[in-house]
Amino acid sequence: MKDLVKKKHLFNSEWFIEKTLLFAGVSSVLIIALIFVFLFKEAILFFQTRPPFDLIGITVFDSWEEKNIFKMMWQAVNETPKYSLIPLVCGSFLVAFPATVMASVFGIGAAIYLSEIAPNKVRETLKPSLELLASIPSVVVGFFMLAVIATIVQNITGSKFRLNAFVGALGVALVTFPIIVSISEDALRAVPKELRDASYALGASKWQTIWNTVLPAGVSGISAAVILGFGRALGETMIVVMATGNAALVTGDIFSSVRTMTATIAAELGAVAQGSEHYYALFLVGAVLFTITFILNLCSEIVINRMRQNLRM
Amino acid sequence: MKLKIIAVLALVVMIASPSAFAERNITVKGSDTLVVLGQRWAEEYMKQNPEVSIQVTGGGSGTGIAALINGTTDVANASRGIKGKEITKAKKNGYYPEEFKVAMDSLAVVLHKDNPIDSLSMKELMGIYTGRINNWKEVGGEDKPILRYCREANSGTYVFFNETVLKKQDYAADCQTVPGTSAVANAVSKDTAGIGYGGVAYFLTQSNTKVVAVSKTQETEAVSPVKSNGKVDYEAATSGKYPIARYLFMYTALKPKGEINEYLQWILSPDGQKIVEMVGYVPLTS
Amino acid sequence: MKTPLVKPNKDLYHNQMDKNKITEAFWIFLTRVFTLFPLVCLFALLAKIVLEGYGIISWEFLFQPPKDGMEAGGILPCIFGTIAITLFMILMALPLGVGAAIYLVEYGGDNKLVRIIRAAVNNLAGVPSIVFGLFGLGFFILFVGRNLDAVLNTGLLFGQPCLLWASATLAVLVLPVIIVSTEEALNSVPQSHRDAALALGATKWQTIWTVVLPQARGGILTGAILSISRGAGDTAPILFTGCAYFLPHLPVTELFGFIPMVNPFDQFMALTYHIFIMATQSINVERTLPIQYGTTLVLIALTFLLNFFAIMLRIHFRKKLRVN
Repeated sequence: MKDLVKKKHLFNSEWFIEKTLLFAGVSSVLIIALIFVFLFKEAILFFQTRPPFDLIGITVFDSWEEKNIFKMMWQAVNETPKYSLIPLVCGSFLVAFPATVMASVFGIGAAIYLSEIAPNKVRETLKPSLELLASIPSVVVGFFMLAVIATIVQNITGSKFRLNAFVGALGVALVTFPIIVSISEDALRAVPKELRDASYALGASKWQTIWNTVLPAGVSGISAAVILGFGRALGETMIVVMATGNAALVTGDIFSSVRTMTATIAAELGAVAQGSEHYYALFLVGAVLFTITFILNLCSEIVINRMRQNLRM
Repeated sequence: MKLKIIAVLALVVMIASPSAFAERNITVKGSDTLVVLGQRWAEEYMKQNPEVSIQVTGGGSGTGIAALINGTTDVANASRGIKGKEITKAKKNGYYPEEFKVAMDSLAVVLHKDNPIDSLSMKELMGIYTGRINNWKEVGGEDKPILRYCREANSGTYVFFNETVLKKQDYAADCQTVPGTSAVANAVSKDTAGIGYGGVAYFLTQSNTKVVAVSKTQETEAVSPVKSNGKVDYEAATSGKYPIARYLFMYTALKPKGEINEYLQWILSPDGQKIVEMVGYVPLTS
Repeated sequence: MKTPLVKPNKDLYHNQMDKNKITEAFWIFLTRVFTLFPLVCLFALLAKIVLEGYGIISWEFLFQPPKDGMEAGGILPCIFGTIAITLFMILMALPLGVGAAIYLVEYGGDNKLVRIIRAAVNNLAGVPSIVFGLFGLGFFILFVGRNLDAVLNTGLLFGQPCLLWASATLAVLVLPVIIVSTEEALNSVPQSHRDAALALGATKWQTIWTVVLPQARGGILTGAILSISRGAGDTAPILFTGCAYFLPHLPVTELFGFIPMVNPFDQFMALTYHIFIMATQSINVERTLPIQYGTTLVLIALTFLLNFFAIMLRIHFRKKLRVN
């Protein structure tokens, strides 16, 4: 009898532990769901006072020109607040795109070197250095861009704006680089050795093997790395706040000053009264940003999973 | 294991005795223009009254007033007056903001020291900041595109400049917003074609920028907010000769009581106003 | 090899070979450049920061609060704040993250739920840090905090930006780091050890607690250290959840009137935020440049030491596992 009770108790505690662990496991899903709910809950309230079209532009009377003008502007603190997302999205992409291109070119090159070319010893020292690079706080990179690099870039390019999208992109590329390297390298290392051996057996040189065999085999993993890197570049905050100049322009000029979605939230959210139109607008920007990065993350996740399955075959 | 025990203990303690942590000091939040002054005040006041603890944070006038409305600060610093809309919002939350004028400030317009221009009219400033004037030669300078710097939208300086100089028109889209007045000074000091504005105190010690004189109309004489000896011209600000001068405010959520009241009274006293002078703003007593 | 019908022009053949060799060498050289260039940038950045910041580092700088309108003095409150939030953060994130990883590895198997959790963890790792800031404000402060205040009748204690919520936000941010590294650590424990324990009659949890976790200790510790370094270096999530421009006192309080402890309901200063505001909002950016470099140096030293320590630890434990 006593034994039975003890057993039951034990069973109960095991059950309890498993459920607790299950809760811990599910917490990540819960958090993602909560982020969704709490961003969109506030974001949707924006449409209480504003039609959706205001997110593109708004027609206002211009007292200087004395006529109505259609404006695509983000100027939230004003007589007639303007909440066009166009300049912000434009700014985000103008920083993230060049940054991802730079980080990808260097990152894929480095991944090839680390996985195919470098001797073991060299790799063992380079990989921790890359991890150190990944661990640099972005505010430090931002500070460095602002204090040192911006002036150098302006002296070289003679650009009108000292702080511009390109300076921001350089900084963002530096922090995106380690992410792209590490995922691409994993992808390349996952390419079966047999493929390489077959290529060598056919008389291909080292580079021919890399270029014609290893890279095509690892391309899905590499593209996942690039997609993920792009998501990170879009979400980078402190570097762009400090180094892009923050002018909400609709432009395609990479040497122009831009204002990204992240910088807008960082600069303005602390200042708004909770429950105001501006507050909801900033949550809306956050929701847009979150949705974009969520889709990018999902894409790269799917690509990686497919790659794993293909390689297992 | 040990970590977990500590974690659990900490959690229990947190929940069990919230009152132990509730001891509050005076929190002051808001305008970046006022944060330096606010900090000097706090430092000095705490030196004289060591039992009081005052916590000063910046973030912009909008931030401070928002915090006041949300009930997260005792005192809000603002470099603009509170708006009707904000008062309504505060009342909805059960607060009745009290206003205290604590100092005056001249808003200086600054250029790089190599820019030959020494004075601008209000009309020219409006043209520059609304994006109608895009080259320095249009206002008598060199043939160079104008680079506009302005403050973040949460600052009182942004709003005040928008109201008095731009007459509530939009800022040009290519205005580069920078997060603080010192960032304006820093940016302009590195850009020969730059123009910026901000509380005059921030520019007194800068060697690479110069404060320009501003005239109300093309015909009247331009007045500089700074005297030739490098000190702030109090008379120009208080008499209204310099067109972009403003009051700086402190707001409390309700009628101030106890230590908050004593602190505000001390700020308005000659002792407190002496610090205004020291930091480079215009004291109310002058 | 086929014998060519026509005798090849030897020179041409050699030229071609040389050219191939040269292009080959060029490409390989290029990948080397691509690897080294960013690292050179890193070391240039570090060198600049060390050279500029070295001069100001002193006991006074490390152990004094800022003074004279933050133009002089030290950064003690920032160091204290950064340490305090990361400690609170790890206290919250570690149990949750390790628990999640244990579930995934030991209980999960390969069902749909596990796949969803994995996807969520990976996705969480890619959420922009500023979005965590929004989430911290919207969820922790305004939802949880305000409701706690209403329920506990504590006025405005929970429902405001403070150390507790900043740490909670950071905890969410580093959760994936902890989960992934713990998973790796658990996976590296040989299955035979589990089988042995189970065969001896241990329950599943007993096996995990007495056999698996002790062996995975090193990996978990590495993950914890890495996440501390990540948390200490992130700025965006704490912008609206509790960090302050300037505080005259450290965020400490006396529990029950006599036990000194960190006050989780106070605001705090942090190294990262200090760099940000000093570089953009201090009254004279040029004059405070040494302080900015000094603060940056301290932050970098802190994160690098933590990372270095974590990497060494990982190498050590991997070797030990291999020996086993």
